[in-house]
Amino acid sequence: MAGRGRGRGRGQMTFNVEAVGIGKGDALPPPTLQPSPLFPALERRAAPLPGGEEGEYMLALKQELRRAMRGLPYFVKPGAPRRDIERYSDKYQLSSPVDSAIDWNPDWRRLPRELKIRVRRLRKGRTASLVPKQHVALDKEETIKKLESLEKKEEEVTSEEEEEKEEEEEGKEEEEEEYDEEEHEEETDYVLSYFDNGESFGPDSDDNGDEAVY
Amino acid sequence: MTQAELRLCSLLLQEHFGEIVEIVGNSLLRTGPRPLRLLVGDTGLLPDQVKKALCVLIQHNLVRYEVQPRGSVEYEARSERILRILRYPRYIYTAKTLYGDPGELLVEELLLHGQLPMSCVVARVADRLTETMEDGKTMDYAEVSSTFVRLADTHFIQRCPTVPENPQSAKAPPPPAPALAIAEKDMYAVPQLSLVGKGKRRHSCSEEEEGEHKAKRQKQEGGRSETPPDDGIYWQVNLERFHQHFRDQALVSAVASRMDQTSSEVVRTMLRMSEVTTASGASHTQPLSSNEIFRSLPAGYNIGKQVLDQYLALLADDPLEFVGKSGDSGGGTYTVKVMWGPGASWAPPSPFPHPSFIPLLLCRFGSRCARIFRLLLRKKHLEQKQVEDFAMIPAKEAKDMLYRMLSENLVSLQEIPKTPDHAPSRTFYLYTVNVMAAARMLLHRCYKSVANLMERRQREMQENKRLLEKSQRVEAILASMQATGAEAAQLHEVEEMITGPERQQLETLKRNVNKIDASENQVDETIFVLESFIESTMKRP
Repeated sequence: MAGRGRGRGRGQMTFNVEAVGIGKGDALPPPTLQPSPLFPALERRAAPLPGGEEGEYMLALKQELRRAMRGLPYFVKPGAPRRDIERYSDKYQLSSPVDSAIDWNPDWRRLPRELKIRVRRLRKGRTASLVPKQHVALDKEETIKKLESLEKKEEEVTSEEEEEKEEEEEGKEEEEEEYDEEEHEEETDYVLSYFDNGESFGPDSDDNGDEAVY
Repeated sequence: MTQAELRLCSLLLQEHFGEIVEIVGNSLLRTGPRPLRLLVGDTGLLPDQVKKALCVLIQHNLVRYEVQPRGSVEYEARSERILRILRYPRYIYTAKTLYGDPGELLVEELLLHGQLPMSCVVARVADRLTETMEDGKTMDYAEVSSTFVRLADTHFIQRCPTVPENPQSAKAPPPPAPALAIAEKDMYAVPQLSLVGKGKRRHSCSEEEEGEHKAKRQKQEGGRSETPPDDGIYWQVNLERFHQHFRDQALVSAVASRMDQTSSEVVRTMLRMSEVTTASGASHTQPLSSNEIFRSLPAGYNIGKQVLDQYLALLADDPLEFVGKSGDSGGGTYTVKVMWGPGASWAPPSPFPHPSFIPLLLCRFGSRCARIFRLLLRKKHLEQKQVEDFAMIPAKEAKDMLYRMLSENLVSLQEIPKTPDHAPSRTFYLYTVNVMAAARMLLHRCYKSVANLMERRQREMQENKRLLEKSQRVEAILASMQATGAEAAQLHEVEEMITGPERQQLETLKRNVNKIDASENQVDETIFVLESFIESTMKRP
């Protein structure tokens, strides 16, 4: 009993189809087997757009507004992408503000305090440059005091150590004297330890076997 | 928020404020109000970038913040306000028609910047107006200020809520966010400023003036050395008032099309008189006596008092109920019904909400469908047979149209059982139109179509990006060459850099983009009508 009648005729429904208006023998539209097309065919042309002075003026206004908003500081541009290598031309390019400081000055009294971005960049630079100078000054004073105290002691055993210390300390403070004193003795640009002045070269040398003579 | 609205909001934010603001706005819209650290976590952006975006959004009134009892600040996006960005050109154009160029520029500056103090906006507008004037002339601040005052008096611009005046005691720590508030009476109070000055041009005309003005400008530009006299008082555009104005315009044109020009003028006068006295959600204006109306009629319309009374009587008797009679004092008092409701008819040519369905149906389905629809609106419930009879359409066609409208959900079936067991053979099936549902569905469709239009426009621009950049460069070269004085042959040579087919391509692009923009404007008008209708129907108790 159940299931009989299925498929016979057009497909039975729970309600009386005649009431809705589908009479006997009426052809219904075919069942949809796929989603409707992306761009269905237009049966009727659309009404024309509002033209006239008002329409054109609003059109111009709209495009003008769009263009203007791009130039305002409210248009937040993403920061410039970090290059993998620092290039020479970066110095001369007008880069957009990479630090996320705000270009315009909002009234901070009206905004929540947590939104205030602290401009750290400048301050960091300033404080960083101040600190080493102070340290250097402090170092100098300390080392001078140290030297004086060491001189007072004048122990031979520690004299070499003192000299080395002095050299090291002097080397730290004074960036000029980075090289050893050996290198400064002969007043040449070349590091003497690398240079072999050829005294051991030629027939005078006894180690013929090691090197081939051409 | 529906998907269509979300998509449209994010497209609008991206176009006007950039990607970062779009991401932040999107996150807020999708997940609701949240504090800053959750927002940073969700969006995956740097905290500084999120802060910057939030500042921009708050400045433009698109996001509001609230201090929670635990001390954190929660941010919430205002989706309906974001959708208004579509309507900015219409606001600016309305300001232009009402208050001329200064008014137009004032509203434009306020819309572009969100909130501005009066001195700042007056200075900017004066500068811009001076740019467009002839050489040697400058725009005086006084004229711009007077337009500003008029805008404030008619409530088109209003004051933003201000920081509370009372100073915090030393013991209590300052709150994480200020609680901004404003009293109703202060909202349109213009501060007494004496703004003296003239607009400045960007390029020098006379060197002496420039020297002085430059020095002054450097002081005032940063605003750091001296605080302006109206410090802390910011102004914003009152969008609700503009919407009220659009509604009034629609009413007046409806009356004009139903009756005649003079009656529309009468209604317009009545509306103008009650502009500022009508609260934004009221259904009727304040009662106006006919004597007052007579006095306020514009000078051009010299109709007699009796004629006016006749017009008012006609308007009051009209079944559409534009005007209602509320009393007899002063020669009869009348009110205008400003609230639109579903009862208010189906008069075809008027821009009342119902008829937005009808042109839509006309375009999509044909005039006969529109006839059936109008019939159903009038008669509320009809059987299949009755539809055929009343509409005078053959049965087959009527059936076909009804089913199509049914499949689009514009029309629905209502079952009325005859017997308690709801047997299908013994129930009535009536076709009916559920107006609210149909309105919402149409609105959803409108949002979708505007979003599609915007995406298509962006795609068009994207595809022709190379060509657009090239043409911009050529224009820049031409401009610089003309400035330095070049011969016609050289200019011609530079112009030749853009070939013929490329020029055509540019032309086509421009035409398409214009068409798309104009369509966006038009869809926005439909959005306005539908939104007002839905809003007003929801408000009625």
